Amino acid sequence: MSEPALAVEGLDVRYDGVPAVRGIDLEVGRGEIVGLVGPNGAGKSSLLHAIMGVVGAAAGDVRLDGRSIRGLRPEQIARRGVALVPEGRHVYASLTVEENLRLGFAARRDRAGIADDVDWVQGLFPVVKEFSGRNAGALSGGQQQQLAIARALVAKPDVLLLDEPSLGLAPTIVERLFATLDEIRGRGVSILLVEQRAQLTIAFADRTHVMANGQLRLTLGPRDAGDTERLTAAYLS
Amino acid sequence: MNWGQAIADAVALGSLYGLVAVGIGLVFGVMRLVNFAYGELITAGGYVLAYTGGWPPALAIAACVAAVIALALLQERVAFRALRRMGASPATMLVATFAVSFLLQAIYLIAFGSRGQIVGTLGSLNTAFTIHGVDIRWIVVATVVTGAFLLGATAALLNRTNIGLHIRAAATDFRTARILGVRANRVIGFSFVVAGFLAAAVSVLYTVSNPLVQPQMGVPITIFALVGVVVGGLDRLWSAALGAFAVGFVYGMCGDLLSSQSSVYLPSVVYGLVIVVLVLRPAGLFAPLRARMVERV
Repeated sequence: MSEPALAVEGLDVRYDGVPAVRGIDLEVGRGEIVGLVGPNGAGKSSLLHAIMGVVGAAAGDVRLDGRSIRGLRPEQIARRGVALVPEGRHVYASLTVEENLRLGFAARRDRAGIADDVDWVQGLFPVVKEFSGRNAGALSGGQQQQLAIARALVAKPDVLLLDEPSLGLAPTIVERLFATLDEIRGRGVSILLVEQRAQLTIAFADRTHVMANGQLRLTLGPRDAGDTERLTAAYLS
Repeated sequence: MNWGQAIADAVALGSLYGLVAVGIGLVFGVMRLVNFAYGELITAGGYVLAYTGGWPPALAIAACVAAVIALALLQERVAFRALRRMGASPATMLVATFAVSFLLQAIYLIAFGSRGQIVGTLGSLNTAFTIHGVDIRWIVVATVVTGAFLLGATAALLNRTNIGLHIRAAATDFRTARILGVRANRVIGFSFVVAGFLAAAVSVLYTVSNPLVQPQMGVPITIFALVGVVVGGLDRLWSAALGAFAVGFVYGMCGDLLSSQSSVYLPSVVYGLVIVVLVLRPAGLFAPLRARMVERV
């Protein structure tokens, strides 16, 4: 049996001794979309940051294709094939859209096929091509989100971590965004999707974990999207 | 007083301070660290030039550049990177730069003595030519041209190369840059190399007019450039460079305006003007330009 693209095993994260993530186990298979929902402060972003090496793990392990990446620096993890689109997008407002996109090349493991990947990304997010010479700060929130995902994709990652990509976006744009994630998965990219829109995520992802107080409380599949009772109970647990 | 000559000298001094400001500003941009030991890089370059006085100028300058870049990298690797890895606070890092500054001054004192060494490299640039009755030394021309060229080259490096793009990204938001795969050590190391190169250039140009190299030679240069950086604003290289240029220019003009007996008050006059500027424009001379820049979120 092949190793999952991303495996998190017994991961603990603490801030000054205060636990934020406690004993998390989860896997994302190749080309899978795994959702992660939960109330504010549940530890979802901390989990993504720990996977990415932005914060240190107090215990546990993170494996990429079976190889541990725990203790590596964020730039090393990025170059191993993990891309994080952080909450709030974090595009460089004073740089142009094209320069923001070029920053994504920093994590590429090979230079071959850059033009094809850029073409593909520009096809997914036409705004990236249309406004390439414009400062990213002049884009709308939705356009910035598209740029942030495009920038992550030109790194040609195996695993894409998305932290609340729908935050602040209109419902129609969110629908389009989720459809695009489906296309991205079609290229074999594994996606761990942290979201506040729980029901939408549960209906969309292959499976969705509900996180509360730093722990996984429940795992739901697309058929459970209407099961608000269990979802609410897990949120409040 | 010959105004033309005074202005030419002041422009040259302003160019030198502008170069120092860019060197300090580059490192500040990526590390949020004001390197008070920057002046000791300039001093090191001066000593290399003093001890290679018999060499052909090009070789002596090459040795100066190599030594100063090596010392800049040594500062980064031995002192600052180690502290960074330990998660030292910005205050600790700042104090560390003072420690490195004092340590290097002490080493220079022990190694080269307190009386100073004389630099003769490019001394011929102190000769002057006359335009419309104004005597202008060649070093003034060399300083202004070199300063403008190096500032332009630094700007081109930052705006037209991948490493420049990475430095700009890291200077804006280092954490996101690292998440994107930008190598922190490479970006910081490269910034120190460029800063070291600029410090070496300042060493070469400064010691032509001020050939006596003493252990504390770099301290006032750094302090005045930093004052200029504060006046201009440290968040952007061009504003830092312009601020330092302005302070250098005022310093140079006041130096010519004040009589030799009054020159002891020169720093007080310059600092007084800086206080007036900061009282009138607390955010720096170029704040209004920055305030107009609106970013959508």
